[in-house]
Amino acid sequence: MTSFLGYLVNGLSVGLTYGLVVLGFVVIYRGTRVINFAQGSLLVLGAYLTVRLQGSVGFIGAVLVAVVLTAAFCVVLNRLFLRPLRKAPQDIPAILMIGVDIVLVADLTRRIGSDVLTMNDPWGSHNVDLGGVLIAQSRLVALVVSIVVIAAFLAANKYTSIGLSSRAAAEDRETAALMGARLGRVSDFAWICGGGLAVIAGVFLVLYPSPGLVSDTNTVAILAFPAAIIGGLDSVWGALVGGLLVGLVQSFGSGYQSQIDFLGAGAADILPWILMVVVLLIKPTGLFGKQPLTRI
Amino acid sequence: MFSLALSRQKSVLLGAAALAVAAYVLLPLVLPVFWVQLVVFAAAAAIAAIGLQFLIGTSGQLSLAHSFFMAVGAYSYAVLGKVPGGGSSGWQVGLPSLLAAVAAVVIAGLVGLLFSFVSARLGGLYLGLASLGLVMIGAHVLTVAHSLTGGVYGRDVPVLTVGGFGFSDTDPELWFGTHQLLGIGRLWYLTLAVLLISYWLLRNVAHGRAGRAMNALRDSESAAAAAGVRVQHYKALAYVISSCYAGLGGVLTALAFQHIVPTYFSLTLSLNFLAMVVIGGMRSITGAVVGAFVVTGLPLVLSNYAGSLPFLGAPGSGGLEPGVFAQFIFGAVVIVVLILQWADLRGLRRGLRVLLPARTSSTDAPLASINR
Repeated sequence: MTSFLGYLVNGLSVGLTYGLVVLGFVVIYRGTRVINFAQGSLLVLGAYLTVRLQGSVGFIGAVLVAVVLTAAFCVVLNRLFLRPLRKAPQDIPAILMIGVDIVLVADLTRRIGSDVLTMNDPWGSHNVDLGGVLIAQSRLVALVVSIVVIAAFLAANKYTSIGLSSRAAAEDRETAALMGARLGRVSDFAWICGGGLAVIAGVFLVLYPSPGLVSDTNTVAILAFPAAIIGGLDSVWGALVGGLLVGLVQSFGSGYQSQIDFLGAGAADILPWILMVVVLLIKPTGLFGKQPLTRI
Repeated sequence: MFSLALSRQKSVLLGAAALAVAAYVLLPLVLPVFWVQLVVFAAAAAIAAIGLQFLIGTSGQLSLAHSFFMAVGAYSYAVLGKVPGGGSSGWQVGLPSLLAAVAAVVIAGLVGLLFSFVSARLGGLYLGLASLGLVMIGAHVLTVAHSLTGGVYGRDVPVLTVGGFGFSDTDPELWFGTHQLLGIGRLWYLTLAVLLISYWLLRNVAHGRAGRAMNALRDSESAAAAAGVRVQHYKALAYVISSCYAGLGGVLTALAFQHIVPTYFSLTLSLNFLAMVVIGGMRSITGAVVGAFVVTGLPLVLSNYAGSLPFLGAPGSGGLEPGVFAQFIFGAVVIVVLILQWADLRGLRRGLRVLLPARTSSTDAPLASINR
């Protein structure tokens, strides 16, 4: 039973961190209708900047500066590359983001090489005992911070004017623009949030018990795609539910690996993808997404 | 009396054609193996690349699963064929190699058909994401199905023999003076010929009725359907053709490698194929061929000459690896090509005013900036 609880808490914590990644991805999609294939590499970029800056401004300072720098990078990306493509078919910006991802991954791989970079976080490798279950302290902090960040985002989404414009634009871009929503600002805001969320998620994903930041870390974020589809590409709640689901599936999947051995080693990693394909077959818009209007 | 003298243009073309034929026949005998290999791999990739270009550029369906269909072709060939003495291979059916190769292409097409039933219900980017799921699940299945694929160690590939003539170093050994025609040289003739034929075939389809129907549904499914185009039929057809080409490319690549591992057919390979298509210009078949040669050739060339290029380090040395550098270039070229091809220049100018305060959007009429 304790192992079940352990998998559950672990799954929830990792799932909520995934939720941050997926939320960033979905926020960008809602605000710009662009599939950000580079979400994973933004994650690594944020973590890498944190590692490189923590020596001069301390861990917390490094995270904050990394968030600002990555958000700025995203805004430049949006204005320089994505806004000129706004008249192109929807596939084109997505493919461009694939190109950005390739470039970022190549550059970060070059910088990280075969090193394993670790953070000087105050939680280190401490574990906390919760009624017989050992949880890494950093995972608990991740849980709390994720909840705070998500709550802050939801509040901004609901109570600020840019949040209102964003929600309107996600609903119906043309009408929102006609009603006065500044779509340029909406897209900048979406990218700032998406980039910032990626950085925070990236930092938490490489803390203990993960060994650290390696060239391969961006592959972790690829699970954001099935999570986003399962939850619904254009739904904020869907992003969170999707992230949680994926985290739980992964946690239980690797915990009970022996029971699903027939699917092969490492099967836990493809369960989210199988779930995604099932969702696409049954309800493509996901659990919380909205139905598209055209049917042929 | 009419003059027998050829016009200037015609004689240049004739000369170029003669040169090309001579190069085709003679180069595998005189070039170092490195270059012969490069051309064979690039040509095999080009066959798969034009299939992907057809899918993306002509029918507008984004696919990230191209490497999976190549794997289906490659492994079908390996399983259906026969490696004498077993080799490091799993289960074999033992068909003659030519039959196995053709069957492998058909199987790849059938898998494409099956997947198109899934994707028929999806539009646009959902399709791309579904293909992402396919390639991830496929990669896992390939690694896990030991008896079919040999697991992480991979399996040997049967040698192609047509009527007793083997596409290997022996069987029979061929010497022209002091130059030996190795297996890779024989594959040169095969892959380039297959590339030429498949290029011509695909070009005809793309410019024919089916191609026009696919262009219509690419630009707008609803409009095409309203005009009477059988959308699902043509989407499926595009997928079948594309996966047949991928399967064929996979078989030829397997022949060139002689030993295939599942980790080769990864998402990264799919992304490389996407880069090939984009770099060549998404609407151009010839561009896809050029893209294939560039994306396949550049890392190989850079690796080979890493010693003489000051900014590169040999793989594993800790310097800038040629492979990583090549990836960087491809990503950058993809970005540049897409911007050049699709950018709304007014938007580019506006976008470049990054340094100025963001008052730009308020000076636009709302309707002008509707999509961003």
